[in-house]
Amino acid sequence: MNIALLLEMAAQAAPDRTALVCDGKRWTYGELDKAARGACELIRASGASHVALLDESSEAAVIALFGAALAGVPYCPLNYRLADADLAALLGRIAPALVIGDVERVRKLAGDDGHTAYPRSEFTLAALEAVADEFAEHDPGLGVAIQLFTSGTTAAPKAAILAHSNLVSYILGTVEFGAAEEDEATLVSVPPYHIAGIAALASSIYAQRRIVLLPAFAPEDWLKLVDAEKVSNAFVVPTMLGRIIHALEKGVKADIASLRAIAYGGGKMPLELIRQALDLFPDTAFTNAYGLTETSSTIALLGPDEHRAAHRSDDPKVQARLASVGIPLPTIELEIRDEDGRVLPPGQTGEIYVRGDQVSGQYKEKSALDAEGWFPTRDAGYLDEDGYLFLAGRADDVIVRGGENISPGEIEDLLLTHPAIADVAAVAVPSLEWGEAVGIAVVVRGGMDQPAEDELKAMVRARLRSSRVPEVVRYFPTLPYNEMGKLLRREVKALLAS
Amino acid sequence: MKPGSRIKSAACASEAVVIKYTGGTIECGGLPMAEDAAGDGTPAAGYDGGTVMGKRYVDADGTVELLCVKPGKGSFALNGVALLLKEAKPLPASD
Repeated sequence: MNIALLLEMAAQAAPDRTALVCDGKRWTYGELDKAARGACELIRASGASHVALLDESSEAAVIALFGAALAGVPYCPLNYRLADADLAALLGRIAPALVIGDVERVRKLAGDDGHTAYPRSEFTLAALEAVADEFAEHDPGLGVAIQLFTSGTTAAPKAAILAHSNLVSYILGTVEFGAAEEDEATLVSVPPYHIAGIAALASSIYAQRRIVLLPAFAPEDWLKLVDAEKVSNAFVVPTMLGRIIHALEKGVKADIASLRAIAYGGGKMPLELIRQALDLFPDTAFTNAYGLTETSSTIALLGPDEHRAAHRSDDPKVQARLASVGIPLPTIELEIRDEDGRVLPPGQTGEIYVRGDQVSGQYKEKSALDAEGWFPTRDAGYLDEDGYLFLAGRADDVIVRGGENISPGEIEDLLLTHPAIADVAAVAVPSLEWGEAVGIAVVVRGGMDQPAEDELKAMVRARLRSSRVPEVVRYFPTLPYNEMGKLLRREVKALLAS
Repeated sequence: MKPGSRIKSAACASEAVVIKYTGGTIECGGLPMAEDAAGDGTPAAGYDGGTVMGKRYVDADGTVELLCVKPGKGSFALNGVALLLKEAKPLPASD
């Protein structure tokens, strides 16, 4: 089934209801559906092989997503923050594309690639005017709906592809059609080229929950928008939540009583921060969502009641769940396996494997699925006795010292308890003796004295095994993160090697 | 009848997308559904419970699944046996 049917159904059921608000402009389901059908005509006429968005979030993201689906062409939102050389390479990989957004940059970087480029406002206008025949044949939706270049925190970007069937399975399996009340609104502040941004659009449209877009995140603007649009739901990455709380503490005034639910994901949530948020918003429902691009977004959830139970509990086992990503969705299968592919029992850390209709596991170049259809996520983790999933970093981030696997997380979690350490990353550094050894990049908390190398080494030796003791200790003013709050370990490695 | 195909009732306004199909005759309001069917709004007695937009319908053995994309007065059946409403377990909004 074509994902565009999700929008068509919403438009049939409630054509005049407000679907989306962006920069003060309001769009109904009927208008978005009409624009998507017009966009399909534009895309077909252009002969494009991909539809790319090189722009911040706006109504154009919805129109391009569903217009591309109707035309049977993959929708490929691009990271406009990429450096010129990296972006030029990606534009080359999707040529000829219909590109919406930064026309100048397309011309400068890929002028000879045969792209058709539209500025945002021209695209939406042209789409609304291009609606031809209501009964035009649309693509049946048997192929690829979305192509997303992975963020490439460990290697060059891969082109992950999601079929219509993957995304439809995810939406039908997790969202009830038209379930949202008319006063519900969801604030989307993640970028349009992230799977969470795309899933938010599709889920909200199918639930008929009004989408409020915040194209460029700033905590003050986020709070103002919650107040002005009476937002009920929001998705944030942990970094955003920290900045929102900081803004409230600084005294930013906003009435956010309408905010009933906050979902978060996309990176590791510091325990201290979620505890603070639970205290600060005692009536808000918090949901932790874990998912990957290759799995059409969420595959495990820690729900609102579980957050409260863990926060209140005196039982260390229940308390610990606040640091978990919850229980796998009932619509997927999940296993933890060791390096030889054996399924591990609860409590043992290995690689997370998933299988299900929403799981693509396909890249343009190759499939990552094994013979039985399981997708190796390259995320390390374990399940507790009650089935709660705990993450332990990327499998690729594991430091292999003389044949022993060391998870950076355990070293980082320990060092973060040091009062003078604001942030820390542990990565592999080359070692003549061991092949790899532990190196740490340390950010000293403002106003504190820099802790001595020997002190940090002693701390690790005392609390963890001697193999975990860092061979290299370096101090930096900040660590490199991408805009989703994901630590760029590749760059930390380069910093420590230089 | 391929998964993904959109079929219409010959007895009412109902339309459905085939999510899963392994065999048999899919009916609505007592008549076979087809991609080019059109209904006049009078489903047969016993097959007139109505369909609800956005709901999924399955047979007891899970061989067929339909998503209602346009509601009507008829009800869906497989080989004369009424399909059942697939109960979805609601999850908290996560994105």
